[in-house]
Amino acid sequence: MATLQSLDLQRRSATSGTPPAARKTLEVAKLIDVSKCIGCKACQVACMEWNDLREEVGEVTGVYDNPHDLSPATWTLMRFTEWDNPDTGNLEWLIRKDGCMHCSDPGCLKACPAPGAIVQYSNGIVDFVSENCIGCGYCVKGCPFNIPRISKADNKAYKCTLCSDRVAVGQAPACVKACPTQALVFGSKEDMIAHGEERVADLKSRGYDKAGVYDPAGVGGTHVMYVLHHADKPPIYAGLPLAPKISPLVEMWKGLTKNVGLLGIGFAAVFGFMHYVVNGPNRVSDEDEQAAAKLKGDGT
Amino acid sequence: MTNSWTDIKNADIVLVMGGNAAEAHPCGFKWVAEAKAHNNARLVVVDPRFTRSAAVSDYYCPIRAGTDTAYLLGVINYLLTTGKYHAEYVKHFTNASYIVKDTFAFNPEEGLYSGYNAERRTYDRSSWDYEMGEDGFAVRDLTLEHPRSVFQLLKQHVSRYTPEMVERICGSPKDKFLKVCEYIGSTGNGEKSMTIMYALGWTQHSYGSQTIRTAGMLQLMLGNMGVPGGGVNALRGHSNVQGLTDIGLLSQSTPGYLAMPTDREPTLASHFANRDFRPLQANQISFWQNYNKFYVSLLKAMYGTAATKDNEFGYAWLPKIDKVYDTLQQFELMHQGQMNGYICQGFNPLLSVPNKNKMRAALSKLKFLVSIDPLETETARFWENHGEFNDIDSAKVQTEVFMLPSTCFAEDEGSFTNSSRTLNWRWKAADGPGESRTDTVIMADLFLRIRDLYAKNGGAVPEPIQNLDWNYVQARNPSPDELLRELNGKALADLKDPTDPTKILRRAGEQVDGFAQLRDDGSTMSGCWIYSGAYTEAGNMTARRDNTDPSGLGVHPKWGFAWPANRRVLYNRASSDPNGKPWSARKQYIHWNGSRWVGPDVPDYAPTLSPERAAGPFIMNAEGVSRLFARKLMAEGPFPEHYEPFESPVANVLHPKTPTNPAARVFKGDMEVFGTAKDFPYVATTYRLTEHFHYWTKHVKLNAIVQPEFFVEISPDLAREKGIQNGGWVRVFSNRGSVKAKAVVTKRIPVLKVDGKTVHTVGMPIHFGFIGETKKSFGVNTLTPFVGDANTQTPEYKAFLVDIEPLASGPAVS
Repeated sequence: MATLQSLDLQRRSATSGTPPAARKTLEVAKLIDVSKCIGCKACQVACMEWNDLREEVGEVTGVYDNPHDLSPATWTLMRFTEWDNPDTGNLEWLIRKDGCMHCSDPGCLKACPAPGAIVQYSNGIVDFVSENCIGCGYCVKGCPFNIPRISKADNKAYKCTLCSDRVAVGQAPACVKACPTQALVFGSKEDMIAHGEERVADLKSRGYDKAGVYDPAGVGGTHVMYVLHHADKPPIYAGLPLAPKISPLVEMWKGLTKNVGLLGIGFAAVFGFMHYVVNGPNRVSDEDEQAAAKLKGDGT
Repeated sequence: MTNSWTDIKNADIVLVMGGNAAEAHPCGFKWVAEAKAHNNARLVVVDPRFTRSAAVSDYYCPIRAGTDTAYLLGVINYLLTTGKYHAEYVKHFTNASYIVKDTFAFNPEEGLYSGYNAERRTYDRSSWDYEMGEDGFAVRDLTLEHPRSVFQLLKQHVSRYTPEMVERICGSPKDKFLKVCEYIGSTGNGEKSMTIMYALGWTQHSYGSQTIRTAGMLQLMLGNMGVPGGGVNALRGHSNVQGLTDIGLLSQSTPGYLAMPTDREPTLASHFANRDFRPLQANQISFWQNYNKFYVSLLKAMYGTAATKDNEFGYAWLPKIDKVYDTLQQFELMHQGQMNGYICQGFNPLLSVPNKNKMRAALSKLKFLVSIDPLETETARFWENHGEFNDIDSAKVQTEVFMLPSTCFAEDEGSFTNSSRTLNWRWKAADGPGESRTDTVIMADLFLRIRDLYAKNGGAVPEPIQNLDWNYVQARNPSPDELLRELNGKALADLKDPTDPTKILRRAGEQVDGFAQLRDDGSTMSGCWIYSGAYTEAGNMTARRDNTDPSGLGVHPKWGFAWPANRRVLYNRASSDPNGKPWSARKQYIHWNGSRWVGPDVPDYAPTLSPERAAGPFIMNAEGVSRLFARKLMAEGPFPEHYEPFESPVANVLHPKTPTNPAARVFKGDMEVFGTAKDFPYVATTYRLTEHFHYWTKHVKLNAIVQPEFFVEISPDLAREKGIQNGGWVRVFSNRGSVKAKAVVTKRIPVLKVDGKTVHTVGMPIHFGFIGETKKSFGVNTLTPFVGDANTQTPEYKAFLVDIEPLASGPAVS
């Protein structure tokens, strides 16, 4: 996607400092209530329709997950897990809508070496700006949720935009609009947390005493949150990370490594300058000239 | 639905059984989510599979496919033995107190009621009735103690369905069954209510009507009929299939559920004489006494000025049926070579009628087949060879096929009638593509050409065609607006107020306000009496879009138009006790305020009829009360009884000699191809997936992306036993055919213990065929048996027998 909201950028990849922002928008969030989700995939279809994406018609491999994974043409996906609850002995069919979590501290943006290829708006949405993307795939490594996918067609990274184009004009994301059971809701992050807590209270009254809102602190919280019946065990929901963090490689690259590197570059520059000041410019000695002439082989 | 979609939010318990609302009705399911979120409701799911509905339920109980009647009779037995039923409601609002004739009998060893004729597979139902008193009314015993009272007979009848017996028949663990009973029983008090949501999981059995009746009886025992958040709610499977049955597209009914004349009723007088709606108790309304008014108004709508009192309003021109001409009967006749032409409108029988091989053979015998459809259906292309998927020698098919492309729903305006009985007008969104025309234009064109041919060439029995009233502004294009006005009906002469002849209710030519203004003297016409009120002089009521809900109870009285009379909850007078006082403040709905019945909905009662008159709340019935005992109305008995599907893995433990529905119609040749458990040991059941809508959306790329291919679902146990890999190819076969599919191995298919025997289920989604965007497939009806419900002839798709084996590779792709 191209950025439509240059007025309120709060972060920009491979750019130092905060970009100038003319306005500050409300921090938004999508809440996915797994306990209300019936897995109808209306969100998936709405996403494909709004964003004009068409995956190939695939085949059945033994599960209801179709397509089988996120892709440049599949930005959101229902993941179905059959889980035997050891406490009750009952089967539970856990259905989780997977897609970009729009982290407050986005690993993809941090990892991205291309200036302005990944941006974060002041409303919290993390967006990919295709024309700046160099297809290096660092965002894939940087994402603790394994979300971005690189297109073989144009070698650019793609993922859910949280319908930044719709949100910019006061509309809810397409998936939220399509959801028949209000398992998906959208609003200010504050309201979504409050709503999530109401839902958690309801689930606790139904015996899910470990119910909770998934808004992981390791990435500074997210702008896509889940209500989980078993918030103590996120991994049972098709591998939702227990405590997601930005990969240490990215942290090192952006943190220590980058600073050490910068320090190294700085040190080299300083050393060079000092060397010049102290020793004067490098000169070519007569021996060097002769050796070079020998190598050239003209014998003169 | 007796109630409405929006009313589901008032439920305290939602029982989803015989359906999978989350999967097949996701948009309506929002009201279940609403009941859970804001009414603290509990969702209970009973199903042979752990469905998408089960995934969001509070409690799930497995059941063997096809044993729902036994399960529900078990629940009624639980209510009666624990006393958790609504005793006052049962006493006053049901026929529990009615005394049944002493010639009536049920033999529990035989599983048969009195009057059975084994040769004809039918009952003489004369003993299935009440004892009549000398006063001409049915005899009652309000103490409910009389041994032949309906209450005592029912108690005795269901006493066999103990929790242990339910477990033996249904395979539902006793503790789970009892937990479900507890949930259900919590609503038998007037304070709480339970809604039942069902769909084809109940109807598609050879005894489906009886299962649904059992659900109705259960709700009556609990006092859950006529109250907010209650009812027996059929979730209709098409956006307008409610409209289809309402306006008489079932072969045994004319519009508004009036009866199709039979050949034993040669005259209108004889037709009326066969329908005696005299009240069975003093002071009862017995609303069907107005039958003649509706019937004559229908005939006037059909034949216009040609319908006169002297010719019995053209009754002679209606076909007189010798038997029911349902879909199965039609294809049976086609298969026998007796039906030579077929007009197939919005219908894909090659995939949707049982036994695809028989279907294909039947279609091959036709002289002509007309397919009126927005899509190229498998039926229209039945003659094409698609390799294994449709293996036919095209050169041998002589059937001439005409495809008349029609517009699809968004390409025309008109009304849909949804499950809530609500007519919603919709507006055209786009023009149809290419040469497509609306269904109305196609039918009008056909009709006018046929009428011209009769005029030119004459022919046998031209009257029904020649006399059909065709009074539209554009004969070739009757507008949906005109058609709805016609269904509503109008006055043909000035209608005088019967209570005050100086007053004129409606001038000649004016639309009637409702069916109360219809007459049996030919002075009114109405194409469908229950739609009366949908398009009055005030305008098109179905186009109303005011969703205000003053009571907050989900009534929305100004949204569209709900038949009858814009009533959202049927039998709503029963929300108050015999004195007209609400059973509880919590479930208050319609009550008597001293001078009239008031509440947020249109009362299902005479608005000023005092409770002192003691007219019962079920005004359509001659008794004034509801029926736990169905009298002569059902083919196989006045009480429901457990029968096995025609193909069952086990014996009928209650009466092995009568394992299956003794009154179901089975054609010669079809009985012979029922399989047995020896050869086909597994229970198969068919169903929908949320990603698709019947056989339509497989033509849509988006739907194909999210569910691309036919598969069958089996348990990990069965997969292990058979050496089947998850995602691998299998062959599934019944005694009628064989299909190949991918296997989805899943714990969501429970393995059941039925009377000591392990029963495996093979689940099969419908939806897939050999045309469209999804991968080519065979059609699950290749496997299904050609037998239907004894009352409605709905095919038995939900329980039959198959075998399964692993395959090294899939079908050869042509």
